[in-house]
Amino acid sequence: MTLAALAAQLVNGLASASALFLLAAGLTLIFGVTRIVNFAHGSLYMVGAYGAWALVDRFGPASFWAAVAAATLLGAVLGALAERGVLRRLYDAPEMLQLTATFAFVLITRDALLWLFGAEDRLGPRVPGLAGTLTLGPLTLPQYDAVLVVAGPLVLVALTLLVRRTRFGLYVRAAAENRVVAGALGIDEARLFTLVFALGAGLAALAGALQLPREPANLAMDLPAVADAFVVTVVGGLGSIPGAFVAALLIAEVKALCIGLGTQTIGGVPIAFPQLTLVAEFAVMAVVLTLRPQGLFGRVATALPTTTLPEQRALVARGGRATLLAAAAIALVGIAGPLLADEYVRVLATDILVATLFAASLQWLLGTGGLTSFGHAAYFGVGAYAAALAARHGWPFAAALAWGPLAALVWAALCGWFAVRSHGVYLAMLTLAFAQITWAAAFQWDAVTGGSNGLFGLWPPAWLADRTRYFLFTAVVVGGAWSGLRAITRGRFGYAVRATRDSPLRAAASGIPVRHTQWRAFVIAGGFAGLAGALYTFAKGSIGPDALAIPRSVDAIVMVLLGGLASWFGPLAGAGVFTWLQDTLARTFDYWRAALGALILAIVLLFPGGIGGAWQWLRARSR
Amino acid sequence: MSRRLCTAAAALVLALSASPAALAQQPIKLGELNSYKQFAAFLDPYKNGMQLALEEINAAGGVLGRPLAIVSRDDNGTPGDAVRVAEELLTRENVALLMGTFPSNVGLAVADLAKQRKVLFIAAEPLTDKIVWENGNAYTFRLRASTYMQTAMLVPEAAKLNKKRWAIVYPNYEYGTAATTAFKQQMTARAPAGIEFIEFPVPLGKIDPGPTVQAMLDAKPDAIFSSLFGADLARFVREGELRGLFKDRPVFNLLGGEPEYLDPLKDEAPVGWWVTGYPWYSLDTPAHQRFLKAYEARFHDYPRLGAVVGYSTVKTAAAALRKAGSTDTAKLVAAMQDLDVDTPFGIVRYRALDHQSTMGAFVGRTAVKDGKGVMVDWHYADGKDYLPPDAIVRKLRPAP
Repeated sequence: MTLAALAAQLVNGLASASALFLLAAGLTLIFGVTRIVNFAHGSLYMVGAYGAWALVDRFGPASFWAAVAAATLLGAVLGALAERGVLRRLYDAPEMLQLTATFAFVLITRDALLWLFGAEDRLGPRVPGLAGTLTLGPLTLPQYDAVLVVAGPLVLVALTLLVRRTRFGLYVRAAAENRVVAGALGIDEARLFTLVFALGAGLAALAGALQLPREPANLAMDLPAVADAFVVTVVGGLGSIPGAFVAALLIAEVKALCIGLGTQTIGGVPIAFPQLTLVAEFAVMAVVLTLRPQGLFGRVATALPTTTLPEQRALVARGGRATLLAAAAIALVGIAGPLLADEYVRVLATDILVATLFAASLQWLLGTGGLTSFGHAAYFGVGAYAAALAARHGWPFAAALAWGPLAALVWAALCGWFAVRSHGVYLAMLTLAFAQITWAAAFQWDAVTGGSNGLFGLWPPAWLADRTRYFLFTAVVVGGAWSGLRAITRGRFGYAVRATRDSPLRAAASGIPVRHTQWRAFVIAGGFAGLAGALYTFAKGSIGPDALAIPRSVDAIVMVLLGGLASWFGPLAGAGVFTWLQDTLARTFDYWRAALGALILAIVLLFPGGIGGAWQWLRARSR
Repeated sequence: MSRRLCTAAAALVLALSASPAALAQQPIKLGELNSYKQFAAFLDPYKNGMQLALEEINAAGGVLGRPLAIVSRDDNGTPGDAVRVAEELLTRENVALLMGTFPSNVGLAVADLAKQRKVLFIAAEPLTDKIVWENGNAYTFRLRASTYMQTAMLVPEAAKLNKKRWAIVYPNYEYGTAATTAFKQQMTARAPAGIEFIEFPVPLGKIDPGPTVQAMLDAKPDAIFSSLFGADLARFVREGELRGLFKDRPVFNLLGGEPEYLDPLKDEAPVGWWVTGYPWYSLDTPAHQRFLKAYEARFHDYPRLGAVVGYSTVKTAAAALRKAGSTDTAKLVAAMQDLDVDTPFGIVRYRALDHQSTMGAFVGRTAVKDGKGVMVDWHYADGKDYLPPDAIVRKLRPAP
């Protein structure tokens, strides 16, 4: 690579960096003030692109800038509506519940846009006056990219001025620092949140609209966008707008360099750098967060959080006779029901049981440990692949099944060792980074993992091949494992983990090694997730990279919250309702994703404590 | 009561309660699954195509004296969900066979399930070579021309140009890597000594067009081979045009002429690229004209390639049922061997050798006409001419 080529790539990176910054700025603003992890940020980005396309298509290319403005406004209005209509009602609920609500928005937006615009990609026209290229020495740069290069810093300056120099900005900073005190000082929190949400959503739509001349509006742009935005936000330091800018620059340049380097031979080993673009941003994030757990510009929390959510007590309450009876009844109905129903119910129930164990392992981490993971699928996937590879190498079924959780345990021990050095959302993002790196390894390591296709022909031995028998087998394994996890939760170690969640300081003072305890909790969660993965492999006969992709992690979070973070039967309720709903709706409606989203939204709004919470509420009322 | 006695009693009850006429009316169910939400641009027309074929078959009296019915499911684009809905089709709907699927990984997972549950599976769209070769099995047959075949269709033109330095850009997953491997292999076999390839893998759906095009420019290739499609292709075309990447460089793009991917580009469709695709607007064989007219009359829209695939898949199922004279899997699988099916592209044959159909594709060059991308100077490349010799296929396919 020549020096001129290197310079050219760096300039190209600048345009991508601007686009990335615009996308992330809104997210970091919203998070900084409201602490909401807005999964729908990518959906707003997509709405911006489609909105601008519709207007440009209607009024001609000359209206491009007006269309961008209108799309931005549309995004802001939608954001304000979502905050007022839904999220506002959830501020007192467990933090992650808002994430579930925004996930419902993702599902609804996708189907709404499909319905409105159809399936075909919508390519916008080139921008009049900016359709050509600039020539700077050896470099040819599209004029529009040059505009983007300038637009990013402009927005950065505008936002910084807004936050630093205006009264609104003062409120924003105050609320970001301490919500309660800000409220006590007379800042109208509700109004402020709506405004911030509108601003953040507007920025997302703006980023989407500005992307239109470079990329067709399409229905798959939401999740990659939100993943990118998260990464930039976290690498920069949550809530820090300059941080987001630097992070966007760093990531875009690393990617541009990877592409520019091509395949280089280093020490006799050829390394295909462009292949790394699949995970470049996550690799950057893993490195940054390992070195600086609060991101580049994030501030170190002065005091460690102390949370005592009363509803979480149920998780460790000694099971009375009533609980035991309920568990027995659930087990009986759960096994006898599918046996009496048609054969497919047993297939579906097997899926639900596997999801239950997976969700239970996440609930242990999230509920009992207070350790948020966005990348739990990594351990599910490692367990699944490990079992599959063992079976492929001729291991007996039982050994392969046992090897799954063991491998996941080892992998969780490694990732967890780094992850538990962070807290809160940083920890969540670090787990996501590890999960994505694991995913990329599975996706590209053709010789071992079968690459994007995965591995096939992994059916259980003949004595278990029958659907009913495998269902019963799964029921026994999941029942046993789940009981084991419950025993750990209620035992001495469970109490220690809970102490580190509720007050790390007091826990440390009582002689509990906080980080070590959290690390062990992480490893245990990984092991159980791995067992779920191993069971999954043999239920499906095949395993692919989707087993450890982001959607599986998100599904698990939704299941846990849907079931109730604090309810002991929450994982089963959440996994059961989610899987069953998806199965039924997909068969009944064309727009089943929107229907699923609407139902999740309804559950979240009516029962902020999830299904388990609703059950407790009912019981309390009937007393 | 023994099981046999039970069955006999049940059969008797059934025979008494149902008149022959009512029994004849019981439709034969075809189980279909696809990633309708993930690949809607291809699969909406595909669904229409299936519907058209179904209506034609049933209007002509159905198959084996019974009407056909399609039970369709969304597989959510993941192998795990696909296996579950396929199990539902098998256990609850008692379908006679399975068909459909789009991405390679889903197709392969369902193929493996078909082998495990011993049921016929007609893979409609997955392009992966593995589904009939490396991972092929006795129960799985595939309609579309594979990655290998479509690449082979472009290679003769590419080899003719005598270019030495090729840039290859591809989506970094099974389809893209398979196309790249096939291209390199076939070109090396035909082209001059000293041919070189520089590869540019891009993440699927997330191409970073500026840096990618820049890097390709820096590599100074003589010609370009691409297997991009969808949003990646649109971004690549726009960026490449702007930066002059395609100036004086021949470009070959697998699938680039399919209306699904060419139409969104409108008047910015590239000119002079060699592509495989489907020129529905100028294909005037009687078989296609009949299909085109029927499709336009039924849906008030022009067909995409997906429509042809959906239509031909259902026609395949019907032909197999007719030839087998039964819904029994063993008979159906036997009937599929060397089965001839009438499709809008003419008669295709499912080879007994490797269960691959001989459906071809159209090879031509792109042009812009009336503000739309079209294929010109095209010819039909019959699939049977673009497969490796039988001896090699036998080596590639361990399964019978």
